Amino acid sequence: MSGRGRFAAAIGLEIHVELKTCTKLFCGCPNRFGAPPNRLVCPVCLGLPGTLPVLNRRAVELGTLAALALGCQVAPESVFARKNYFYPDLPKGYQLSQYEQPLASGGQLTFSVGGAPRTVRLRRVHLEEDAGKSLHGDDAARAAGTPGHHSLLDFNRCGVPLIEIVTEPELNSPDEARAFLEALKQVLEHAGVSDVKLQEGSLRCDANVSVRPAECGQPGIPVEIKNLNSFRFVQRAAAHEIERQSALLAAGKPVERETRQYLESTGTTETLRRKEQADDYRYFPDPDLLRLRVDPAWLYRLREQLPELPAARRERYRREFRLADEDVEQLVAGLPLACYFERAVALGADPRIAANWTLVELVRLLNAHGRPADAIPLPPEHFVELIALLQAGTLSRPLARAVLEDSFLSGRSPRTIAAASGVTQLTDEAQVAAMVDQVIAAHPGPAADYRAGKGRALDFLVGQVMRQSQGRANPALVNRILRERLGDLTAPAGTDT
Amino acid sequence: MRLLDGAVRLAEGMARGEYSAGELARTALEQIARLDSGLGCFITVTGETALEQAEAVDRARARGEGMPLLAGIPMALKDNLCTRGIATTCASRILEGYVPPYDATAWTRLRAVGAVLMGKTNMDEFAMGSSTENSAFRPTANPWDGDRVPGGSSGGSAAAVAAGEAAYALGSDTGGSVRQPAALTGVVGLKPTYGRVSRYGLVAFASSLDQVGPIARTVADCALILQAIAGRDPLDATSAPADVPDYRATLEAGVRGLRIGVPREYFGPGVAPGVGDRVREALAVLAGLGAAVEECSLPHTEYGLAAYYLLAPAEASSNLARYDGIRYGRRTGGRHALRDLYCATRGEGFGPEVKRRIMLGTYALSSGYYDAYYLKAQRVRTLVSRDFHAAFERFDLLAAPTSPDVAFRRGECAGDPLKLYMADALTIPANLAGLPAISVPCGFSRGLPVGLQLIGRAFDEGTLLRAGHAYQEATSEWRRPPPAAGEGGAV
Repeated sequence: MSGRGRFAAAIGLEIHVELKTCTKLFCGCPNRFGAPPNRLVCPVCLGLPGTLPVLNRRAVELGTLAALALGCQVAPESVFARKNYFYPDLPKGYQLSQYEQPLASGGQLTFSVGGAPRTVRLRRVHLEEDAGKSLHGDDAARAAGTPGHHSLLDFNRCGVPLIEIVTEPELNSPDEARAFLEALKQVLEHAGVSDVKLQEGSLRCDANVSVRPAECGQPGIPVEIKNLNSFRFVQRAAAHEIERQSALLAAGKPVERETRQYLESTGTTETLRRKEQADDYRYFPDPDLLRLRVDPAWLYRLREQLPELPAARRERYRREFRLADEDVEQLVAGLPLACYFERAVALGADPRIAANWTLVELVRLLNAHGRPADAIPLPPEHFVELIALLQAGTLSRPLARAVLEDSFLSGRSPRTIAAASGVTQLTDEAQVAAMVDQVIAAHPGPAADYRAGKGRALDFLVGQVMRQSQGRANPALVNRILRERLGDLTAPAGTDT
Repeated sequence: MRLLDGAVRLAEGMARGEYSAGELARTALEQIARLDSGLGCFITVTGETALEQAEAVDRARARGEGMPLLAGIPMALKDNLCTRGIATTCASRILEGYVPPYDATAWTRLRAVGAVLMGKTNMDEFAMGSSTENSAFRPTANPWDGDRVPGGSSGGSAAAVAAGEAAYALGSDTGGSVRQPAALTGVVGLKPTYGRVSRYGLVAFASSLDQVGPIARTVADCALILQAIAGRDPLDATSAPADVPDYRATLEAGVRGLRIGVPREYFGPGVAPGVGDRVREALAVLAGLGAAVEECSLPHTEYGLAAYYLLAPAEASSNLARYDGIRYGRRTGGRHALRDLYCATRGEGFGPEVKRRIMLGTYALSSGYYDAYYLKAQRVRTLVSRDFHAAFERFDLLAAPTSPDVAFRRGECAGDPLKLYMADALTIPANLAGLPAISVPCGFSRGLPVGLQLIGRAFDEGTLLRAGHAYQEATSEWRRPPPAAGEGGAV
């Protein structure tokens, strides 16, 4: 529903996703982000006269995997067309993109909005090549290191394989649009087809937004919005656009069919070009490439290779590991963490402890030390060892945290660290009892309070014993002995590990 | 021995030790020096590298290494085939100063067998034309009559071979650009099956029609050259994986029992009487050698030309979009707005015929016109192909004139592009159908050479070469050098 009750909005999305191939779509140049400008180029991706494209099989595989993950029908034949337009970062003067006959069509994605499931249909998934990158104005001057009117071109990205995913215009609100994108990102990541790193531009999105009177069955005039660099911007731009169009309609003014761009600074949109200035791309089938024919046996094998998708993984985590919903969501949202967690479980760790320690302690360490989740330095074997020490009571929680960090940084095994520093948990009853007696003697007041029925005084005494033991004493043991010494023989055994 | 004797005979002489590759290269350079200021076959002469390449061949031979037949034979490349380190202009101002960083596959393969490159030959700008008058630099003269055109667009390659400035050359054939100039200059020109020779490094005109082919003095030479350049190339997705047979092994097999169809549509009123007569005489020669010659019909022939002049410009309009002055080639300076830069660069860089075709093609692909023009032309193309398919059920080869007329005078067709487009009417159908075709000299009309065109089944260049060779062996008029050739490059 729109921001104003009288109007209904429909949002459609076009999402461009870079496929994580080793090489570009039509040449052997590396497909890699972050290289110095114009290093990952060759005569083919620079479009030098006489060069020809040769289709990258892996890109077709990844594109097809994405289509399968989204439940699309993969076309037995698809065709690359030339989309003709002039721009300096488009070296051939045309982009190779599938047009009339895309790789796959149909499909849908089910996601959850505010806890309720929602399914949106997809129109198509097709393959195309990325263009180069242009830098203008201040960006260019900064990059060139000299002031002045430069435009700079970087062709490293030129020819990188993309899939374009087009939804039906049936997302009803900015929140739905955002939830859809989050879910789509997860599917693509889990299917293993893309890094889906928004900050590196490996997932980009355009939106078209239309608004119509709520009681009207006719769809409104769609307005296309570009320059949406994050899911938040998609959400904000759609919200602003719905407001803008609703206001126009409410005032009896028509909505113009046009392309607008989102302005990050104001959270609003402005006209980029009106439809009468629209380009005629003069699409026609590219004569340099053959029709792309999909062998049914190959498609079958590919379907078999399709990794577990988020929905199935969620279900399995609940069923097999009995994880809490919150942990399930967090693990599924961060695939590298989920994979790490599963390796730990496979090595024998208790799933619930492993999930908790992955999502809390490991994530804290990754953040603190600026490491990406797909490069956890700690071998899962060490992680499992730590959990075992924790469960056996050899390490208390605070000790385990310290050992984990040491192991994370040094690479030594938790057992080695614990043994070398003597920080294993104190579970010797006589030693703990001696400390308890010292603490009771040193703090007669709280001891008396406890005996008088002030339960909270016990916490203070436990804390004192822990301090005296430099955190090594087993808290459960301390608790039990304290209660015994203070005459509370009915107290249950502590469960804290 | 003369350069005009062709690659095979020159190779035999070199094997007998009559001369070295260095001497051959120097002979070719002398011939170029003597004739080319008048003929204008070359855009770039690569004398120094030619001598280096020739000497490398001589040294290898001196070491006793077995050498391929083409090793040390002087040759030329049409200036739309990319040569690493050597300017490649497509006879266009817009590519002035452009030096490719890589070699076309056809040239890579010839270099691998020791070919000696004399230089890059003149052509109609971006291969658009049938007279080599559309070169941005200068027209090429026909060695048979300096006032006449050598045909085109591979006119420089054909004239260079006809005049003995190179033993053979490569051209490109999109609608007849190898066969028609070969016919008009009295040499042999072969357009292989689409996909037989890699297009990698051939600057594209119309990608679905372009094909690299040899121009040489003899059919036997063409067999040798095709052998070297044919075959699948991983850099060209449209190059065919089909096996390349041993063409020389079947060259002498003769034409006895071959069924040759003669499509009546290729002998219509547009064909000059002298041309039709020579072609019929040639067919009589083939019949005398044992071929069964019979009239047939390719009913959609007349629509081929119209379809071609939609499809080829459509593809060209897209292929030529990359010449925008941004990354290489010519840029018109002093323009700050992008649109101005494009307009000035392309406005000054392209010649009138190229602009005409870009506009034709842009129009044919435009929204609202695509179905009526581009798609309809594709359907015509299918019909033309079906005609050939049906004919090849009954025949092994089809025979026709290559060009409706002999070489015309320079300027004769200027200002009348339609008349010039007619020059391709008989060669275009083979491009539309992707079939191999060869033009073999078959005598003279009004003192100017006439070409016999043979068209074969897809990937059956062997039969074309076999028939063309049989015809050349049975005739001798084609050996006559053109007046401009002088000694014909005697060594």
